[in-house]
Amino acid sequence: MKYLKQMGIISCIAFLGEIMKAILPLPVPANIYGILLMLGALLSGVLKVDQVRETSNFLIEIMPILFVPVSVGLMDSWEILKGSWIQYFVIAMVSTMVVMVVSGKVTQFVIQRKKGDREDA
Amino acid sequence: MREFLTESVLFGAVLSMVTYGIGCWIKKKIPHPMVNPLLISIALCILCIILLKSDYETYYSGAQYIGYLLTPSTICLAVPLYEKFELLKKNYVALLCGITAGAVGSMAVVFALSMLFGLEHTEYVTLLPKSITTAIGMGVSEELGGYPAITAAAIMVTGITGNMIAETACKIFRITDPIAKGIGIGTASHAVGTSKAMELGEVEGAMSSLSIVVAGVITVIFAPMFAPMI
Repeated sequence: MKYLKQMGIISCIAFLGEIMKAILPLPVPANIYGILLMLGALLSGVLKVDQVRETSNFLIEIMPILFVPVSVGLMDSWEILKGSWIQYFVIAMVSTMVVMVVSGKVTQFVIQRKKGDREDA
Repeated sequence: MREFLTESVLFGAVLSMVTYGIGCWIKKKIPHPMVNPLLISIALCILCIILLKSDYETYYSGAQYIGYLLTPSTICLAVPLYEKFELLKKNYVALLCGITAGAVGSMAVVFALSMLFGLEHTEYVTLLPKSITTAIGMGVSEELGGYPAITAAAIMVTGITGNMIAETACKIFRITDPIAKGIGIGTASHAVGTSKAMELGEVEGAMSSLSIVVAGVITVIFAPMFAPMI
């Protein structure tokens, strides 16, 4: 019963996200509204973490497999892709590596500098 | 027999889960960070569909039920985000700097490589939003006049790449801070990368979740400025 109730709450928030997407004229997908709604509900205390914890842990844990169905769809994009797939592939791979390192390094740099400042003071 | 197999509604769902299970089993036997259950599962699914002379549509008619959980599952990323909210508030400057550098950097790299490969405007704008979550990325691509379906494919390749290289890249480039790891993984490879960040730790996962949202927003703002450059 507990899981059903938790799943119900999460589904309600997902549905509210869908409604917001339908109403608001912004290029924001429903799941982003959903994250913000859920975060807002938790921060404001409307929703307690205990009311969703187990189910949300479960859903997060199984997340990788949820990407399998859509990703297998790559086999259908092949027709359009095959002309310049090497370029696309190289761009996708290289930029991913660069972004990961740049983003991580910049974050780490700022955090460490801030720590340094505090130690100096 | 073959028809029964492929026409059962559960075929796609079972195939996805079994191949993912095989991926996890291989990962357990060969615990190398590049051995990736997600990639193994996708490859095995495609292989099975081709060998059974089935097609994606038939597979997806069953597998889509697994996909339905994706939205609720993404929304649940707010839970770790909430639990690490203090950490987030304390480091917000660093987080914003890191995500902005990554999101703008992503578009700059796409621009540079597109120039190098001599891609046309349409192909270039198709790839611009490749680091962000599919739903936002396809919208951006459409608005700029790209091919949303190919954007979706590029986003998947990005996610799988990020998921695979995350541990190795952080080690080689000495990104040791869990906050920085999470931001790097999430900004580079959205939710697919985040599922890896979740495995690395709670802080990594929360920061990666945050990056999906913020990087998406920053890309929506900056992509129209990058678009006219080719």
